[in-house]
Amino acid sequence: MSTTVSADVAPSPPASEAPKRKLLGANPLVRYIIVRFLLIIPTIFILVSMVFIIMRVAGDPITAALGGRLSPEQLAERIHKAGYDRPIIVQYVEYIGQVFTGNFGKSITDGRPISAIIVTYGTATLELAIYALIVALIVGIPLGMVAAYFRDRWPDAILRIFAILWYATPVFFVGLLLKLVFAVWLDILPVAGRASTRTELDLDSLPHPTGIYLIDAFQLGDPGAIGDVLSHAVLPGLALGFLTAGIFLRLVRTNVIGTLSMDYVDAARSRGVSEFRLVRKHAFKPALIPVITVIGLQIALLLGGAVLTETTFEWRGLGFQLTQYLGARDFVAVQGIVAVLAVIVAVTNFIVDIIAALIDPRVRY
Amino acid sequence: MTAEQPPGRPSFWSRLPVIRQLQQSVGLQRGMLIVGLTICAIFILTAIFAPLIAPYGFAQLRDAHGDFGAQDPPGGKHLLGTTVGGYDVLSRVIWGAQTALLAILVAVTLSVFLGIVLGVVSGYIGGWLDRILVVIADAVYAFPTLLLAIVSAIIISQGQSNLFGGILAAGLSITVVFIPQYFRVIRAEAVRIKSEAYVESAKVVGTGIIRIMFRHVLRNATRSLPLIITLNASEAIFTLAALGFLGFGIEPNSAAEWGYDLNKSISDVTSGIWWTSIFPGTAIVLVVVGVTLVGESLNDLADPRLRTRRRASRVPSPGAAVAVVPGATLDDVLSGDALGIVPNETEPR
Repeated sequence: MSTTVSADVAPSPPASEAPKRKLLGANPLVRYIIVRFLLIIPTIFILVSMVFIIMRVAGDPITAALGGRLSPEQLAERIHKAGYDRPIIVQYVEYIGQVFTGNFGKSITDGRPISAIIVTYGTATLELAIYALIVALIVGIPLGMVAAYFRDRWPDAILRIFAILWYATPVFFVGLLLKLVFAVWLDILPVAGRASTRTELDLDSLPHPTGIYLIDAFQLGDPGAIGDVLSHAVLPGLALGFLTAGIFLRLVRTNVIGTLSMDYVDAARSRGVSEFRLVRKHAFKPALIPVITVIGLQIALLLGGAVLTETTFEWRGLGFQLTQYLGARDFVAVQGIVAVLAVIVAVTNFIVDIIAALIDPRVRY
Repeated sequence: MTAEQPPGRPSFWSRLPVIRQLQQSVGLQRGMLIVGLTICAIFILTAIFAPLIAPYGFAQLRDAHGDFGAQDPPGGKHLLGTTVGGYDVLSRVIWGAQTALLAILVAVTLSVFLGIVLGVVSGYIGGWLDRILVVIADAVYAFPTLLLAIVSAIIISQGQSNLFGGILAAGLSITVVFIPQYFRVIRAEAVRIKSEAYVESAKVVGTGIIRIMFRHVLRNATRSLPLIITLNASEAIFTLAALGFLGFGIEPNSAAEWGYDLNKSISDVTSGIWWTSIFPGTAIVLVVVGVTLVGESLNDLADPRLRTRRRASRVPSPGAAVAVVPGATLDDVLSGDALGIVPNETEPR
């Protein structure tokens, strides 16, 4: 065989951190977790600083939001009151302090505390993301194994074409198509929203609403409400789920095919283990590690996709709200929401790396 | 890069990146590559000749016979109907190709250039500069592309999105997000290559650091670029369309943009009007499918584990001369070739 090159083209998991010398002793896993944890601090720091810099390039938030509507004197007064006329460095330090204490102040346009906005709408986005992830896992992983099993035969060809189509269709176009077929032509599912108005009122009257409508509907104990919430979730869940399912399919296929050519799989094959069992048992688990890593990276994609899905289906989550604030040029709200999202992404990636390290000892170094 | 290879190699055409893989491919992979290339060619031709193909201008609302009318179904004067704003759907789909192509060109050019320079410098020089750049790249890489794109779109265009501002906003925001990808790939290669013997010998001869970086290291570090470029291109289309869809894109009288048209069709869909969403949406899907098919095939062809192999008996013999590599088949040599491991890398030894 070729001695020239090991084809390592596939994007490797973030292995770019410099190798740590014998900094922390004994257990490599503990050391890995500590190093990895220390690394999310600069990551979060860079992300929130980036948010701050980008938002402030445009000028101060008061002028951006209320520019045309107030006289210059009123503007100057508001700017002074909010402290935006102080040196930018002072404001930056204050902002970093806010990020670490989780207090982002109040939005300019509607005066609501940013943390309350995040909690209220974040749960809606979380609910949508969970539905999407379930769809993606149920659809993507088995189909990826099927594609690997039938490698280069017609089921594989069809599945790959489907995966490419899923990837190529923007999530909002999928959403519009689903709406057109199931909500308008067949008229079996609702067009938009998280629940019908009556159910929403019922859910809001609960003593301790979680904000996740499905859980709240179960609290309510009304089968009608549960059905209503679920029927509203189907189309957005599918639209956002397909986006990720295509990626999982391709990833599982590539990795299972990769592991199927490993020596230990060959050994199992020579012992007479069936090809189906090889795919399901021997090649599947090692192939899962990149999938788990990618689920972490998908969080960023899911959040981006959620913005679009929420707009398509008027799903009043964080993404929908974010575009509203962006449209109103309420940069205080935008800055707060984006900073929180950045922290969520960084923390998720950390958790995913730890899980990957627990599953595969080779990841620890 | 291709121009300086030693003589006695295949013709100029077969050494061009994509043509070489086309010859190497077989079966399904060849089919995918050909379909992908065809779609891309149609897309580029449509974009270039949009003024000739499109029946009307992208912002045209009336002709000699009066106003177009809003939400007219397909047929007659308007082959694909008209939008809620009274534009001709077919014309906007065709003109939209031009906008999409421009956005791709801006994004790919900028991010390839910046990513490569940073990657080579960081990988070759190393040290604290390298560490800082790696941490920053990882942080940006984890950030939701779309959020970054929206925020930069607002800041670059300051609310009024003309053709230039809109495309620049989409292009720049994609650039910011994609630099880390090129950076990582090129840096990893640069780290690998800088310990190669021919780099050492270049240093011994007294070659300047810039020349080593960009002649010896960079030229041998570009093997996975075609794949990332195709990914980048489809990402550019998505981002442009998403910006338009969310209402932070290009205004309809500055340029035709598929995402904007889809945004305006949300309410149409609810009342069963399908032609305003299906056609621009399908245009996006087709272009991305074309680009992805090319990228996917190139990826498979570059990875020996995934490449469908030509049967040994069907291998043509002109490669006999290279079979002196002990135990290597023609395919292995070809794959080494396709991966950029060209003979000039080993020559100075």
